[in-house]
Amino acid sequence: MSGVDGDALLSLERVRKYFSTSSRRLLRRPTSHVQAVDDVSLDVRRGETLGLVGESGCGKSTLAACIVGLHELTSGRILFEGTQISGLSRRRLRPFRRQVQMIFQDPYASLNPRKRVGTLVGDPLRIHGVGNEREIRARVHDLLSLVGLSPEHFNRFPHEFSGGQRQRIGVARALALSPKLVVADEPVSALDVSIQAQVINLLDDLQDELELTYVFIAHDLGVVRHVSDRIAVMYLGRIVELAPAEALYAGPVHPYTEALLSAVPIPDPELSARRERIVLQGDVPSPIDPPSGCRFHPRCRYATEICTRETPALLEHGSGRLAACHHPLDRGVVAARASGGARL
Amino acid sequence: MTKEALLEVRDLSVSFRTEDGLVRAVGGVSFCIRKGEVLGVLGESGSGKSVTMMSVLRLIRDPNAIFAGEVLYKGRDLMRLPEQRMREVRGAEIAMIFQDPMTSLTPVYRVGWQIAEQIRAHQSISPNEARRSAIELLGAVGIPNPTARVDDYPHQFSGGMRQRVLIAMALSCNPDLLIADEPTTALDVTIQAQILELIMRLKDDFGSAVVMITHDMGVLAEIADRMVVMYGGRIVEEGTREEVFYDPQHPYTWGLLGSIARLDRPKPQRLTAIQGAPPSLLHLPPGCAFAPRCPQRFSRCEARPPLHDKLGTGHLDACFLEPEAKRTRRAVGIADPGLAPS
Repeated sequence: MSGVDGDALLSLERVRKYFSTSSRRLLRRPTSHVQAVDDVSLDVRRGETLGLVGESGCGKSTLAACIVGLHELTSGRILFEGTQISGLSRRRLRPFRRQVQMIFQDPYASLNPRKRVGTLVGDPLRIHGVGNEREIRARVHDLLSLVGLSPEHFNRFPHEFSGGQRQRIGVARALALSPKLVVADEPVSALDVSIQAQVINLLDDLQDELELTYVFIAHDLGVVRHVSDRIAVMYLGRIVELAPAEALYAGPVHPYTEALLSAVPIPDPELSARRERIVLQGDVPSPIDPPSGCRFHPRCRYATEICTRETPALLEHGSGRLAACHHPLDRGVVAARASGGARL
Repeated sequence: MTKEALLEVRDLSVSFRTEDGLVRAVGGVSFCIRKGEVLGVLGESGSGKSVTMMSVLRLIRDPNAIFAGEVLYKGRDLMRLPEQRMREVRGAEIAMIFQDPMTSLTPVYRVGWQIAEQIRAHQSISPNEARRSAIELLGAVGIPNPTARVDDYPHQFSGGMRQRVLIAMALSCNPDLLIADEPTTALDVTIQAQILELIMRLKDDFGSAVVMITHDMGVLAEIADRMVVMYGGRIVEEGTREEVFYDPQHPYTWGLLGSIARLDRPKPQRLTAIQGAPPSLLHLPPGCAFAPRCPQRFSRCEARPPLHDKLGTGHLDACFLEPEAKRTRRAVGIADPGLAPS
């Protein structure tokens, strides 16, 4: 994708987000916490697309909501262009909100059915007091053509559009304030395959044109690989691996990444029959009472005693990749290559 | 084609009368399912894939639905079977699994009770025996500790486990045909892998034929024997899995293959998206339904292309282009088998 400058546009430092599951009854203390995001540190570099993958419940959407300031953090901090933005009051947060916008998953639920397209796309400008009505109108026209819609759509209602077109409206709305960072939470997963490709190509073009930085959340690993420069893999609220996209797919270091990749069905019958598949047993454990040590250990085929005791740290594994594992696979790869074995 | 056909659908059409006019959801679809095979039905939303299979089981109760055509199951036409007899077929001989494991179970009854009810509807056995079968089935589909979990409610199960319960229910009467409508779409990939493995294992154990309805080509590459590609309520391509993946004949199939971000290929600069959107079923084009989006369209496409066996191998497609012309026009890389991953 576009050139990456390398400096951090957004930094997360030991971000935690716990939700307490208190029963509503009086005088009952909150009994437990859902550890939705636990100790996540990462940088989003200017101009890059950072992919965030993981299964449902891994905390990727919560993390997105933390980034755009929809959740208050339990602990840790978030910096945008070096300025701390977590913990700010609503009023102090406002100028920052213009810089960071979000695209939502469901193009049916995220557009108010009673508002016209012109209003929907222009509202961010009105809320932030950018320009008068005439200027806003002109800007909305520009935005609509930017995302491949026609200015004639200005007075239509969302129900008159197909899913793909609605998602374009959502994109136009997110871009209205010319943000620097766009957080896209599963932006194509509600769309049909042929329409997904259109929206992905659109996001791709917009990034080049407007020099955007994306945080791209998806559970479809094919889509994430296509759009991302770097990818963070989450499991039960923690980052288990963070690596440049191609490196991650060429040879995962964390056993969870390996299993996740091997579970993706490949649209090629011969390859699909040939490759070795790791079927993980059981479900993702509850984030209320996550496993001790490495949270993946109950489902991990390499787990040993140390994994049940000690939480592995996110360590450097060469060429900009990080992984949190006591038994990282890169050693295995070296051994397999030496013995002539090939891995898919 | 009728060799050992278990189910044969002949010229099935389904339309719905609506305020805006007649919606033609399925427009004359014919195919057959043979004993023990896995037939993949591929299509996007609105392609008619679910309506077709729901109609086979006569599960569409909309008074405004209009059906035409025949559904021959073991020689009987299900479309003309009295409802009482249809109930004996449904569940016992042909079972169905639905997409959403969250809404397909009733939340107010225990899981075991729901499975037992299904068994008792078709077999005269005691409640205790039915309960024992329910426990056995839960074990067979891989629910840990089935003796205890049989008394749980659906909300105590995860999505993947609920889908297993639905599969247990579908298999409770040992059906000859299992229709699975997007059974893994709502699930994570690792859980999807478990469920697909389960369906394939049970297919082998019970010898059932399976119809897998999906929009995911990867799933079909893994499990289908034959495939049917649907668009705008019609079949546009039909062939063995290898034929459809390695020598796709219809430009819509090419578009689908080009649209997916594949992990098994080097990353392309851009995905080759199909332009435009699927047609409205209210106003279908008179000719080829895909023509308005098709980069290959020419004058003949204003007429409707028949589903033809141009190659003479049983690999059918509904496109006027000649097979040689297709080979040259098909984008490089779409059909090459086993391009090694980097």
